[in-house]
Amino acid sequence: MSKIPGDLRYTKSHEWLRTLPDGSIEIGISDHAQAALGDLVFVEVPEAGRTLSAGDACAVVESVKAASDVYSPVGGEVIAGNDQLATKPELINADPYGQGWILRMRPTGDRGGAELLDATAYAAEVAAAG
Amino acid sequence: MSNTIVKQPEPLIFELSRSGRAATAQYPPAATAEIPAQFRRRSRPALPEVSELQAVRHYTRLSQMNFSIDTQFYPLGSCTMKYNPKACNSLAMLPEFLGRHPLSPASTGQGFMACMFELQEMLKAVTGMAGVSLTPMAGAQGEFTGVAMIRAYHRARGDLARNEIIVPDAAHGTNPATATMCGMKIREIATLPDGDVDLAALDAVLSSATAGIMLTNPCTLGVFERRIVEVERRVHAAGGLLYYDGANLNAILGKVLPGVMGFDVIHMNLHKTFSTPHGGGGPGSGAVGVGKRLLPYLPVPIVGRDGERYRWLDERDLPESIGRLSGFMGNAGVLLRAYVYMRILGADGMERVAEFSTLNANYLMTRLREAGFDAAYPGRRASHEFIITLRRQAHELGVNTMDFAKRLLDYGYHAPTTYFPLLVPECLLIEPTETETREELDGFVDAMTAIRHEAETDAAMVKSAPHTLPVRRLDDVRAAKQLDVAWKPAGA
Repeated sequence: MSKIPGDLRYTKSHEWLRTLPDGSIEIGISDHAQAALGDLVFVEVPEAGRTLSAGDACAVVESVKAASDVYSPVGGEVIAGNDQLATKPELINADPYGQGWILRMRPTGDRGGAELLDATAYAAEVAAAG
Repeated sequence: MSNTIVKQPEPLIFELSRSGRAATAQYPPAATAEIPAQFRRRSRPALPEVSELQAVRHYTRLSQMNFSIDTQFYPLGSCTMKYNPKACNSLAMLPEFLGRHPLSPASTGQGFMACMFELQEMLKAVTGMAGVSLTPMAGAQGEFTGVAMIRAYHRARGDLARNEIIVPDAAHGTNPATATMCGMKIREIATLPDGDVDLAALDAVLSSATAGIMLTNPCTLGVFERRIVEVERRVHAAGGLLYYDGANLNAILGKVLPGVMGFDVIHMNLHKTFSTPHGGGGPGSGAVGVGKRLLPYLPVPIVGRDGERYRWLDERDLPESIGRLSGFMGNAGVLLRAYVYMRILGADGMERVAEFSTLNANYLMTRLREAGFDAAYPGRRASHEFIITLRRQAHELGVNTMDFAKRLLDYGYHAPTTYFPLLVPECLLIEPTETETREELDGFVDAMTAIRHEAETDAAMVKSAPHTLPVRRLDDVRAAKQLDVAWKPAGA
């Protein structure tokens, strides 16, 4: 059973969001997503300063099975990408909600109409997908 | 269990090298004396020095380490690893073909050009398209050609805002890559649980920006798109064109014509469906066929006929052509094999390819389901390929699809495609092709059943397979992270 922390919000495409104390947002992929992808071998993170709209592809995660886009659930300006992932993509496998964060952004309020799920709703989504 | 002869890793031929050894059979003709001294190299070339017998043994052993269609069942889904009749190869290598220089005038190449003209005509007939160009060098270039013609069509009409290509999520990964290379934006649409395109999702993305849609039919899920007529009507009504990815042409060859389904352009992997060994990186052929709308944009050269004479059609004949894609006209050898293959089979034979590839796939799917495996789309008839999902086995036994795939190698079978398409978890995409016997298919079912039994009784053994091959389980993560593909001599 994959870990789904109660204090985060999630998307149906398996990203998670954490609101930091200063109002910025941290984004990564869920434990379920990293397990489904398997051992990651490459991660491409966005550069600071890039402006993202809700739903934009903002990062790429690649395993020996597949390469997938990571979508930004909300719009905003990228403050930082997690540069450690360039040499240690396995951080996402080992600690998807901590050291495996992918980017931090200053949100613009663009929610893009996408539905953000709480942990209970996301757990139901994962269970339904099996 | 396995019929593999070689058990040990084979050294590189450079590692076998000893100074002064030579294979006389590989000496070049003694022409060096005619080369002026100042043009001769002074240092020895960095080539391996081995005896003739060493060279023979080395390459024979390497060939025995391979899985190949000539030695093993090779049900690699979406790849159509079928038998390539030897006659196609030997006839394509007649000295009159081999000796023809591509720069020789058309007057001395009428035989070759007649074959290519007939190939164009046969491909038109078997796909229902109005025109064919043989010049794309590979499938990817054929795709590029197709979308480039779609772009040229909209430009010629002054319809400059059309820059979006719709791609279902069940598409080959090459489709979005192709559209991006042509400067298009991708609009991905969902697939319904039964494998058909979601028409509501299609309606939602169709607009005055739609340049076209790229479809594979049957799609990568191994099922025929049943609403193709509705898809065609909607896309054309919105002003877009339809691109047919020929990856799965084998399933419908001669039975259902892409032209009749309303497609405006199709690419055909001649190296796949039409008798060239593939999977080794080429050479290939991505011939394209077009409907009436795209005829003016076909890439050149094309073989034309004036009365009894054949000639090269070029930019003067097709001033709106998207241009040239290769120095000459595709890969002549691959085109000749396709020509011979189609002449051997004839129109009836084309249809039998579709019938038997579909029959074999449905037989194998039914037998695997009877043996207790789960089809990903149990409500659908298979096309030429189908998907089973080992999700249940992975949950219950802790043995996943990759473990089954590796263990199949010990049983002497090349594994089916694993973990593709991405929409189905723990999947095997299985394409038996029309050239396998019922006994071979039964043997594969027996192997899958035996592996499941092993997974129930000795999971660790299955998880560490293969056990009988020269190379055992590889660390694919490490291999991807620490690429080691170039040999360097010791001390270099």
